Amino acid sequence: MPRNGDWMRQAQNSFDHYLPDVRGIRSRSRRPETLIGAVGIGLAVGAVTYMAARLMSSSNPPSDSAPGRTARRGPWFGDYTVSGRSVTINRRRKDLFAFWRDFQNLPAFMENIKKVELKDDKTSVWTIAAPLGREVDVETKIVEERDGKLIAWRSVPGSDIDTEGRITFSDAPGRGTVVTAIVAYKPPMGELGRLIAKLFQREPEIQGRRELKRFKMLMETGEITTSNPQRQSA
Amino acid sequence: MRALTWHGTHDVRVDTMPDPEIVNPRDAIIKVTSTAICGSDLHLYDGVIPGMLAGDILGHEFMGEVVDTGPKSTLKKGQRVVVPFTISCGSCFFCEKQQYSACDNSNPVDKQDLSEKLYGHAVSGLFGYSHLTGGYPGGQAEYVRVPYSDVGPIVVPDGLKDEKVLFLSDILPTGWMAADNAAIEPGDTVAVWGCGPVGLFAIQSALIMGAEQVIGIDHHPHRLELAANLGARTINFEATRVSEALMEMSGGLGPDAVIDAVGMESHGFAVDSLLDKAKQKVGVGADRAHALREAIMAVRKGGRVSIPGVYGGFLDKFPLGAMMEKGLQIRTGQTHVQRYTKDLLHKIGEGQIDTTFLISHRLPLEKGPEGYKNFHDNQNEWTKVVLKPGE
Repeated sequence: MPRNGDWMRQAQNSFDHYLPDVRGIRSRSRRPETLIGAVGIGLAVGAVTYMAARLMSSSNPPSDSAPGRTARRGPWFGDYTVSGRSVTINRRRKDLFAFWRDFQNLPAFMENIKKVELKDDKTSVWTIAAPLGREVDVETKIVEERDGKLIAWRSVPGSDIDTEGRITFSDAPGRGTVVTAIVAYKPPMGELGRLIAKLFQREPEIQGRRELKRFKMLMETGEITTSNPQRQSA
Repeated sequence: MRALTWHGTHDVRVDTMPDPEIVNPRDAIIKVTSTAICGSDLHLYDGVIPGMLAGDILGHEFMGEVVDTGPKSTLKKGQRVVVPFTISCGSCFFCEKQQYSACDNSNPVDKQDLSEKLYGHAVSGLFGYSHLTGGYPGGQAEYVRVPYSDVGPIVVPDGLKDEKVLFLSDILPTGWMAADNAAIEPGDTVAVWGCGPVGLFAIQSALIMGAEQVIGIDHHPHRLELAANLGARTINFEATRVSEALMEMSGGLGPDAVIDAVGMESHGFAVDSLLDKAKQKVGVGADRAHALREAIMAVRKGGRVSIPGVYGGFLDKFPLGAMMEKGLQIRTGQTHVQRYTKDLLHKIGEGQIDTTFLISHRLPLEKGPEGYKNFHDNQNEWTKVVLKPGE
């Protein structure tokens, strides 16, 4: 069973293994975003890339360039549930990166993050709503950062939830920026915890999809759309 | 405030509801002066649109006076505005391409799941048209909260009365886009199925766009008369074999373009449990889209098929072979209202377009339920109902 963090490293190795093939895509591709997408997603979804790679013959080049998280089998890795989603946002890459990099902005579009407290430039404590009215604190550390392109974080040992995530930003010429968020987490209480969370719509797959859409709304329109006609229930 | 609300099939009522408020910075609150019942409201009345909840406020054709604005609204209190039925943010990929009815941001996130499952992508927000399209309270009310008020509403000059401009909210641009989608060329014959409000405006638009002849098809004598008054030739499908008549009236060629302004409403949309079926991705047994099939069979080789009529599910026995073998083009969609409002307002101001001929009945909002019943039951005489809140 991989220890915390192992899946990303292992997957990274696996990804490196496939790098020549990905470069092969570069030479054939007429659309630069295809390559950027392939690389970005490949790096980001190490775990699932690894899993998908295992499903293919290691001696042949991959015949499927879809991101691993769309594999029919999965998405999980060991005890970790992996979810991810991409969205195209009609804003410049560096604006989106800057907004996201300030983790104190996260509660503005992530319903379940109640507050974020910064301990230092790399470390922050996220207070997250959990099912049945509970709250959990997760201390996270930025483990990788590439300016304007990528932020990766991981919970520190001893946090209430064992999680890591990555968000990548890549140019979509004429359309803004493709933002891909990948989150891996080990559900508290294992499968049971995941089912309970799903019942209360706090399951990361649903959360992640909705949060990314809210991020898009906020960045494109300056507000988060609601059909509520009254403020108090908004 | 008073508002017309949906409670189930053939059950609409006027209830007292809380007044809307400014919620987001780009909002405005409109005090409604005129609002119409749309043919597509009859789908809701018949209970065939999924995602309706008891107490939902109906109405997506409305206009009125700006009475409150958020800090980012560009409207000013006291302005008279017509509000498009489509809600559009103005800044996403689709809005920038003027595909306003495909706006990515106007449907609240938690409402997007259903249409994402049903259609593959989430649809945009519409006023008063089920929770599939956002669950926005509609305009058959005294007041409405209008999101993205800097993008949608069009300010109208005081000289133009409500009845001249109200239909900019939906049916006039919908008829116009129907003709636009028919890509009309000089010499063309255009056949229009359905002489309801959208069909009649499509006829009017097609003639303005230079069609040689437009043929309206219906069975209500009064509606055919309205079409004839606009300058169309007409076919009563109860008395005439439509396909043969169209061939004869177009010199044996067939119409160059056909417009289905009927949609799913006239022939049913078999759906007791549409919501459940949609969720299961099983679909909808809409097996009687007779007008559309007839239109596809009638149109000439290489012709254009324009579909402003509303469809919601799946279709059986679709003549795909005729589409392919005849090399047809098909264009459809919810109306990109904001693309057309400015030009159409100008045409109204110039007297090139008149919309008032359509209105058969004017009622106070309180008599809204009576308006629905008659618009539904007596389609020959009740061609368009305008409701006046506060009267």
